Amino acid sequence: MKLPAFDYACPTTLAEAVALLAAHGGDAKALAGGQSLVPMLAFRVAAPTLIVDLRKLPGLDRIEISDAGVRLGAMVRWRDILEDARLRRAHPLLVAAVGHVAHYQIRNRGTVGGSLAHADPAAEMPGIAVACEAEIAVTGKSGARIIAASDFFVGALTTALAPDEIITEVRLPAWPAARRFGFEEFALRRGDFAIAAAAVFYDLDEAGAATNAHVGVIGVGDKPARLPSVEAVLNGAPLDAAAIARASSAASAAVDPPDDIHASAAYRRSLVGTMVERALLAAAA
Amino acid sequence: MPSRVQTTRFEVNGRPVEVAVEPRLTLADCLRDVLGLTGTHIGCEHGVCGACTVLLDGLAVRACLMLAVQAEGRRITTVEGLSNEDGLTPLQASFRKHHALQCGFCTPGMITTAHALLSEEPDCDADRVREVLSGNLCRCTGYISIVEAVLDARSAYRKPGSERA
Repeated sequence: MKLPAFDYACPTTLAEAVALLAAHGGDAKALAGGQSLVPMLAFRVAAPTLIVDLRKLPGLDRIEISDAGVRLGAMVRWRDILEDARLRRAHPLLVAAVGHVAHYQIRNRGTVGGSLAHADPAAEMPGIAVACEAEIAVTGKSGARIIAASDFFVGALTTALAPDEIITEVRLPAWPAARRFGFEEFALRRGDFAIAAAAVFYDLDEAGAATNAHVGVIGVGDKPARLPSVEAVLNGAPLDAAAIARASSAASAAVDPPDDIHASAAYRRSLVGTMVERALLAAAA
Repeated sequence: MPSRVQTTRFEVNGRPVEVAVEPRLTLADCLRDVLGLTGTHIGCEHGVCGACTVLLDGLAVRACLMLAVQAEGRRITTVEGLSNEDGLTPLQASFRKHHALQCGFCTPGMITTAHALLSEEPDCDADRVREVLSGNLCRCTGYISIVEAVLDARSAYRKPGSERA
């Protein structure tokens, strides 16, 4: 469908953008790459009176890598992540996940901040943010604040962002070079939304046992989730076939996915176990 | 109510254009209805089918997921800009040779997407072609002939400036 009518502003400073959002309460929407918001407009899921285009805001397209971790500006596109050779060492899990984000043309426009704000339960970036305990930096009319990814996603297409707040950056904690990881996703076609996907990582202690295990899943609930019961299975254990099988079963038991036209709840539950199993096998290889 | 119409300037197929459009107008509709470039096809209008793919500063994007006002100052190439007066381009010739189109509706999006891919990755393999074209739907061909056409056109992109495949 054609888009509903709206006013359009293209501010050149973050303060101006925040002021525009604040002045319109919940009736204004920030536009980043537009790859989620424009379809929402086409379907009338969103019908804001004002669109605030963020494309002229300076400094939001930076990728910064330091000892503290990786900082992705909100306007960093999927293409930018895949093209940045530094990230393959600095955060290989991020790169693996972003390889599954959408199709070729979407990756040239879609942004990190847009995906986080959209909060699709099957989207990769929110899943990585939660699995990695990322911090999401936002700015609103009362100033800047940091929101833990675990607090940011409230439900399907719903976040802790206030109507006047704009995401400026996502901060992923530092990634030790020896860390083991895996990302596995099942979608009907590469680039489609995940039916289910799993991101896993862990470190190894001196005895060769897994420690600091993190297991995140998408597509199997109303928001991305970590699975503490699966992490408990992994922590302290050598990752042999028996441990991986226990983790896979624990993952299926831990989720309560919905039925929809793409897959039944039972199928998704089974699938998420398979994704965790494959991700762990990749991590242990 | 004040008019929402905004004057926007950008470049299409090497030619500067100035349009007066409402912000809700997508780039795809602007190209077709305002600029008369009907080679850009509109299928789903929500970023799934790929028929409206154009090049934005050389990169393939979906013109239905972009507002025309966002094209300000940018360089747009449509399928019209990827043809020439004297005959078929190597990519077009390869599509004909391999019967990579039937009804033709998806073809502009296939050509623009394939052109972007081959310009950047003239040595891509069949898996890469399939992955990239997964964002373009075709209801006629079954895709095999399209993948073959794109693979066969690679040689034309390996030699910059060459007109022959």
